[in-house]
Amino acid sequence: MSIWQERVHVFFQYKDLLKQLVKRDVKLKYRRSVLGYVWSILNPLLIMIIMTLVFSNMFDRGKSIVNYPVYLITGRTIFEFMTSSTNAAMRSIIGNGALLKKCYVPKYIFTLAKVTSSLVDFVFSLGALVIVMICTRASVTPYILCTPLVMIQLYLFCCGLGFLLASMNVFFRDVQHIYKAVTTAWMYLTPIFYPIQQLPENIRFFVKGFNPMYYYVAQFRDMVCNGQFPGPRIFWGGWLIAVVMFAIGITVFKKSQDKFILYI
Amino acid sequence: MKDKEYIIDVDHVTIRFNKSRQGVDNLKEYVIHMLKRELLFQEFLAVKDVSLKVKRGEAWGLIGTNGSGKSTLLKAISGIMKPYKGTITIRGGIAPLIELGAGFDANLTARENIFMNGAVLGHSEKFMQEHFDDIVDFADIGDFLDSPIKNYSSGMKARLGFSVATMVKPDILIVDEVLAVGDFLFRKKCQKRMQEMLSGGTTLLFVSHNLEQVRDLCDHALWLDKGEAVMSGGVHEVCDAYQELEHDINAAKKKKKR
Repeated sequence: MSIWQERVHVFFQYKDLLKQLVKRDVKLKYRRSVLGYVWSILNPLLIMIIMTLVFSNMFDRGKSIVNYPVYLITGRTIFEFMTSSTNAAMRSIIGNGALLKKCYVPKYIFTLAKVTSSLVDFVFSLGALVIVMICTRASVTPYILCTPLVMIQLYLFCCGLGFLLASMNVFFRDVQHIYKAVTTAWMYLTPIFYPIQQLPENIRFFVKGFNPMYYYVAQFRDMVCNGQFPGPRIFWGGWLIAVVMFAIGITVFKKSQDKFILYI
Repeated sequence: MKDKEYIIDVDHVTIRFNKSRQGVDNLKEYVIHMLKRELLFQEFLAVKDVSLKVKRGEAWGLIGTNGSGKSTLLKAISGIMKPYKGTITIRGGIAPLIELGAGFDANLTARENIFMNGAVLGHSEKFMQEHFDDIVDFADIGDFLDSPIKNYSSGMKARLGFSVATMVKPDILIVDEVLAVGDFLFRKKCQKRMQEMLSGGTTLLFVSHNLEQVRDLCDHALWLDKGEAVMSGGVHEVCDAYQELEHDINAAKKKKKR
């Protein structure tokens, strides 16, 4: 049996573990809360309302944006998925250290499970987007059906970044402390609550070229708000970034995973 | 190939361990450790050059004082740790009972945890569904099936863990001092099940400080001390030698006291 056949075989043996772990995360998140899964929709809605109020009254939000609530919630949902999934993935190996010391399990399953359960949460939170779109009478075009294409890119990207962070975090716990600052900077460098035109020329060039989240937010908005298929640069660029990030993450993880046990 | 007859072949294995000593308390030491690359990793050899060849159907007991590398060796055999030097070859499926109920989540119910634990051991959901009733029967948890595990007593948890782990007929069963918990009725039940498995051709690796139990269950024994193999062979000669040493140490202590 070739090594790849072996790997696929092991993955299928443990695919039910992936399912169980995702199920656990989703189930336990809202267990014993009265509103339960409704929170997945209610939370983004509340935050969207607050941010809309803040940016409409206190700051200049740029009048070029037609439907500000939808603009805001599309950007925020995408970005929130990235931060929550990578944060959870980063801690996935250390958090399951006790188990990894006692039982042989392919380690990547835990990281994959965290990103996947964030994806489930992300899909729930799309309910909030639908509600906002209905309330603001946003126009809907068939391009909205293309959004899964963005989600696949984003999922691949987050898995890759998650693998990278998870393995780095095992050796240097400092990573989880610095990452919070990194995501904050990242959020302000992504056009979530301001239009990209508002940035100064040189920063705009940097964001458009090198901020992966710009590619995904822009694609998602093109399909949902602007009713058009994203341009080839951000569409194919998004795929390229996702695949490269995934490859980097997997390679680093695979190279270092045998040493994890010595550091957890 | 003559080697094929061994189901477990541990060949001159050395296992490295991270002591991760937290003894750095000033900047000078910090820099020194950093330069020596010892800040996050201090090497410690838990098992040194140990070989063990087990044939199908044999039952081996691993004995030795605390910290002699018994559990580490078992972990390497079950694939949790990679050996630093040497090779380990396994020909068959392993059921590791290094910890009962690995993967139990305190907030999930017993029903959910049975599937979770099964998945951790690499069983499919369908397989677990088929054996679900057997597991619940053996664990004998009755009405508590839908309560969260955090409300369980430690004995109940151990029963549930044991019954999930031993539901399959593995080629190799690895037991690490887990049967110390549970009441005597359950211990008897466990022992009976293990004996059943042994007579069914399962190979056993067993770690215990209870020499009676080792003599009872095993036919061979390996004595480890500070990571090195002291003696291996028939269970009675190794256990006798080990007990003699224990006796000597006790006698020496008594002499000192006087």
